Amino acid sequence: MMEVCGSSNVTLREFGSEQSLLSRPDGSASFIQGDTSVLAAAYGPAEVKVSKEIYDRATLEVLIQPKVGLPSVRERAQEQCVRETCEASLLLSLHPRSSLTLILQLIHDDGSLLSCFLNAACVALMDAGLPMSRLFCGVTCAIDADGQIITDPTAAQEKESRALMTFAIDATERRVMMSSTRGSFSVHELQQCIAVSQKASEKIFQFYRDSVRRRYSKTL
Amino acid sequence: MKDTPLSNCERDFLLKAIEEKKRLDGRQTYDYRKMKITFGTDFGCCFVDLGKTRVMAQVSGELVTPKENRPNEGIMFFNIELSPMASPAFEAGRQSELSVKLNRQLERCLRNSKCLDTESLCVVSGEKVWQIRVDVHMLNHDGNLMDAASIAAITALCHFRRPDVGIQGDDVTVYSPEERDPIPLSIYHMPISVSFSFFQQGTYLLVDPCEREERVMDGLLMIAMNKHREICSIQSSGGIMLLKEQVMRCSKIASVKVSEITELISKALENDKKARKAGGKCGFAESMPQERITALKMDETPVEMTDVTDRANDIVQKAEAPPQTYPLQSLNNSSIYQDHCGDVVEISDSEEEEVVILHPEKADKAPT
Repeated sequence: MMEVCGSSNVTLREFGSEQSLLSRPDGSASFIQGDTSVLAAAYGPAEVKVSKEIYDRATLEVLIQPKVGLPSVRERAQEQCVRETCEASLLLSLHPRSSLTLILQLIHDDGSLLSCFLNAACVALMDAGLPMSRLFCGVTCAIDADGQIITDPTAAQEKESRALMTFAIDATERRVMMSSTRGSFSVHELQQCIAVSQKASEKIFQFYRDSVRRRYSKTL
Repeated sequence: MKDTPLSNCERDFLLKAIEEKKRLDGRQTYDYRKMKITFGTDFGCCFVDLGKTRVMAQVSGELVTPKENRPNEGIMFFNIELSPMASPAFEAGRQSELSVKLNRQLERCLRNSKCLDTESLCVVSGEKVWQIRVDVHMLNHDGNLMDAASIAAITALCHFRRPDVGIQGDDVTVYSPEERDPIPLSIYHMPISVSFSFFQQGTYLLVDPCEREERVMDGLLMIAMNKHREICSIQSSGGIMLLKEQVMRCSKIASVKVSEITELISKALENDKKARKAGGKCGFAESMPQERITALKMDETPVEMTDVTDRANDIVQKAEAPPQTYPLQSLNNSSIYQDHCGDVVEISDSEEEEVVILHPEKADKAPT
């Protein structure tokens, strides 16, 4: 059984986010975790192609654009993780036969990329005003060679890690909505990482609240 | 997704205003919008804001074998991505007409003008040369993508540093940025494109059209020039007929604009060099404006871990024990599956056999 590490390793890097920075999309946000930074844009509800329409729900499409080259299988896998999380939290049945598009552009990758995509996606969807039943956030945990748990790892820490896990945590009940893992770990370690992620998500949700409060402070 | 079509009253209003020498945002005929150039964390990443149009360029390099007819020269590769983020009309993965046009114009502007010394990119003649790849992503389309893309591309090329290479006999070692400082590319001159839009069959002219103005224009003239007043490329599209005097006038205007823009680029590169030398963190995070109400930053925070071990142990104990696994044994040509009640069912490998339905009490054997 692995021991939980001391609190020195369990920190979240510096966060930053800016909303409504692009004029064309309905909602846009940039999210920065340390040096990892991502730009998200949301369009919707808009017209949908007949081949893609669903009669009782909106069709959500997620596109992840890498910085160099064309999107490959890795981007498709990340798109699927983000799409499943968003579909579980958006109220899609309010807009049948419409399309919602979420585009994520990678600006710089320094670790914890999938959780940065999830956070940027949530803030962009909030900025677009799309109805959601719950907010979500992404947290990445890494287990290094000594068995210590590191949250929000940098790229160097990710490379040295034995296992890497990303969880999408929801805001209402702090439950796991999506998990994506790589590497080998025991059941105990998994549960510890989930508990750590749930604790860390509280900080992120407080950040969402603060940034939205600041945003609308002038109109109140 | 389809873009909202332009209404007739908008079109009439724009054309009428242009006839009276008025523009939507109050600019003069020859004015550019406010331009801002920022750099990312790593070398070769550059953002250009031209009014609301936003563009990102990233330069990367890798070692490849050179082309057969040019064994001494490096390779330059350009790619303009019209991201669906920039406009609802852009579709992912589809090579639209606009994307082909922009790609071709950027290639002519930068590659054919020989602004980059490709021979300095050669490492081992005929075997290994550097391939410099410039990816330009459109982030927000508010008109004049071509100018923004050309400024972003040339600025990113000036900003980029390639890894240092050492050659000992036949061995080539590429040093990482920690071992040896990366070296900049050798750029001869900076070609920058200036776009002119024409209205009412060439009667009226506007520099740096915004998105609305682009929709009602008749034709576009693009002149790529450097600050030494050398024209690198001219492209006229839209089928308008221009007089010689008009083209000469446009090139004079372009030379003035290009020198202003080149100065802005040099200043931005200087500031970035100073900031990096001073050792401060630079990049997207730092260039995020703090005084805006839409932006917020939070410092590094520790996460409380007091009851994490207890909660984790609790959950694991409460969960059911994982099911026991039994090894599979092969007999003859078929495989035997032993389910948790201990019944043995034979499943044949042959595809012609029927599907076996398993019941916990009794097992149906497939006819063998």
